[in-house]
Amino acid sequence: MSNPTYLIVGATLPTGERADLLVQDARLTHVGRDASGESSSDAIRIDADGLVALPGLVDLHTHLREPGFEQSETVLSGTRAAAAGGFTSVFPMANTLPVSDTAGVVEQVMTLGDDAGYATVRPIGAVTVGLAGERLSEIGAMAHSKARVRVFSDDGKCVHDSLLMRRALEYVKTFDGVVAQHAQDPRLTENAQMNEGALSSELGLKGWPAVAEESVIARDVLLAEHVGARLHVCHVSTAGSVEVIRWAKSRGIVVTAEATPHHLLLTEDLARSYDARYKVNPPLRRDEDVRALREGLADGTIDIIATDHAPHPRESKESEWDAASFGMVGLESALSVAQTALVDTGLLTWNDIARVLSRTPAEIGRLADHSHSFEPGSPANFALHDPSTSTTFELDRLAGKSDNSPFLGRTLSGRVEHTFHHGYPTVSAGRVLASDTVAASAARWKAGITS
Amino acid sequence: MRHLLSTKNLSRDEALQILDVAEDMAAVNEREVRKLPALRGKTIVNLFFEDSTRTRISFEAAAKRLSADVINFSAKGSSVSKGESLKDTAQTLAAMGADGVVIRHHASGAPQVLAESDWIDAPIVNAGDGTHEHPTQALLDAFTIRRRLFGSTSRGRDLAGVSVVIVGDILHSRVARSNLWLLETLGAAVTFVAPATLIPFGAEAANWPAAISYDLDGTLRETRPDVVMMLRIQSERMNAAFFPNAREYAREWGLDDARLAALGPDTMVMHPGPMNRGLEISAAAADSPRSTVLEQVANGVSVRMAVLYLLVSGQAGEGKANA
Repeated sequence: MSNPTYLIVGATLPTGERADLLVQDARLTHVGRDASGESSSDAIRIDADGLVALPGLVDLHTHLREPGFEQSETVLSGTRAAAAGGFTSVFPMANTLPVSDTAGVVEQVMTLGDDAGYATVRPIGAVTVGLAGERLSEIGAMAHSKARVRVFSDDGKCVHDSLLMRRALEYVKTFDGVVAQHAQDPRLTENAQMNEGALSSELGLKGWPAVAEESVIARDVLLAEHVGARLHVCHVSTAGSVEVIRWAKSRGIVVTAEATPHHLLLTEDLARSYDARYKVNPPLRRDEDVRALREGLADGTIDIIATDHAPHPRESKESEWDAASFGMVGLESALSVAQTALVDTGLLTWNDIARVLSRTPAEIGRLADHSHSFEPGSPANFALHDPSTSTTFELDRLAGKSDNSPFLGRTLSGRVEHTFHHGYPTVSAGRVLASDTVAASAARWKAGITS
Repeated sequence: MRHLLSTKNLSRDEALQILDVAEDMAAVNEREVRKLPALRGKTIVNLFFEDSTRTRISFEAAAKRLSADVINFSAKGSSVSKGESLKDTAQTLAAMGADGVVIRHHASGAPQVLAESDWIDAPIVNAGDGTHEHPTQALLDAFTIRRRLFGSTSRGRDLAGVSVVIVGDILHSRVARSNLWLLETLGAAVTFVAPATLIPFGAEAANWPAAISYDLDGTLRETRPDVVMMLRIQSERMNAAFFPNAREYAREWGLDDARLAALGPDTMVMHPGPMNRGLEISAAAADSPRSTVLEQVANGVSVRMAVLYLLVSGQAGEGKANA
């Protein structure tokens, strides 16, 4: 038995064209005006009048916390959050326990994702054993495993040893992979709590200076140029970093960069509350940094938006600032933040959003068989987003295990109404579908491709 | 004013109210029976996550002279050192019926987190948080300056035109921050003097209401200050490359005998204590008649009595903004 056929009527494509979409056997079998004539009468109709159809979003920077930190998130709960946000693929970071530094762990994480069925899970492998920054992990084994790892990162920690970083860039090149660097000079940021500036001085919170990020990015782009490898820079947060990357690209260095939704909307002023929901690494920066990141996305210096979705249990945030964990959840709110910060402000079109949240992250991650076009015959991974709403972001929008969102209580534009993964719905009419329903759809899809 | 968390948001009227009530409390402290019944039946908790015998006993004396019951909760050897959270500690105190909480914490902002939480309802007094603020220290310093300058005519007066030079580890000093905001509100002019490594990052660019200088001799010569306040230097700063060693620090930024002799006849020498004699301050400077060190300690009790009285008895001006 295969999954049902769906007829999406009157969606607006990223290009602005209006089209019907016919979803059959995990593919878009017809795209265009009046697809109803092509469909059988038992197709399930979805009225998409006023909804923007976007290719399934791809998050190159997610923390799913499993194995090891299941009180914060699991592959199942994290991919539910992903689906709620319109994502159909996520790349979970390697800082699990055990660390994702062997083929066994990455394959396990991928399989948990496949079974849950909410999104394609493509694990990121650790660059160094145990994220310790000393010896390379078994990068080849992970690349050749069933998980086909192409992105390697010690995220949470910086590969700060220059020689090790050089070797990592060279070795990963062997497997057409990329090193995703968490750029943070560890000595310049010991015990750092927030952006270093007059405000950190006033609040008495230890500063995380912009130069600690910018100096590492500058070194890394030069290393990437020297050895001819590609480099990806995680969560760029400062105007100076945007400048360094712009310069590197102008030299022809193969570097890509991401910005997080929170760095595109929020500033350090929120730390005045000492509310640890706003504690994140790298920290929230100044207004001029936010503007530079937005401009970087608009002119292509910053290639993608990635969430750095970092779930934490309540007790990790209900404390004095210094004792609280770094990080914010972001999958469920990413598209609304992107609309608020970039589309509503006229900096990006929906076509640009499709590029920075789907097409380019899929390319950087070497995500096979990911469709970013709405061409007939392409895989049916897409989201239907209602851009007309402007509502307070509330707890009911969160679908993961943790609620450490900095956007709660904030007015954000738009919301995801439907998400389709492999041609079956994971979110319908704004509701994340039940786990057993989605797992059953995923099993039918898998049976369909193996039969 | 429901809590005292910072001097930054304290209005001139609120600050003067505290200082004037402290004058009344000082009068009580000069009587034979140094006790008021104002807080009888109230329980004040001294919640100290960081060792500070001086500040704790000052608050304890203040609460006892107002007839309050005092509970000292020290983090060392308590459930806190076993990993109990600030939240659980606060809820425990609330359940025991604390009417006021005096908190000293190593994390900046912990008193504000407590005040804004729904864990405990009692007024919160910040007794020093991380490198953020120490508002009662600034209030007792202002009280001490005012009394030295104006004596029995102090009431109702601010510090307009008074020149204060604060010397030392400004970067890590909650005393310097609280003093800066309060002195500005009261009309005084503040100069920070320190090596560039110990000046808070961005303070100059952000136009903090302080002149900033690296040169102690030049500053003393040019400003002819009414007050020189020396801050304690902690030896671990040397290991973290803030300055090379104690000798060099004392030579450049210490209040030694030569600098003491060059001060104007009425210039006060202040120090929040505890002092490192021979490092930031010479023995002659500490013990000279200019030194207000012991007055500061005595005035600390009066000022803390005023703060506890205003917050815990509910006598602070109603309808004023939270400070």
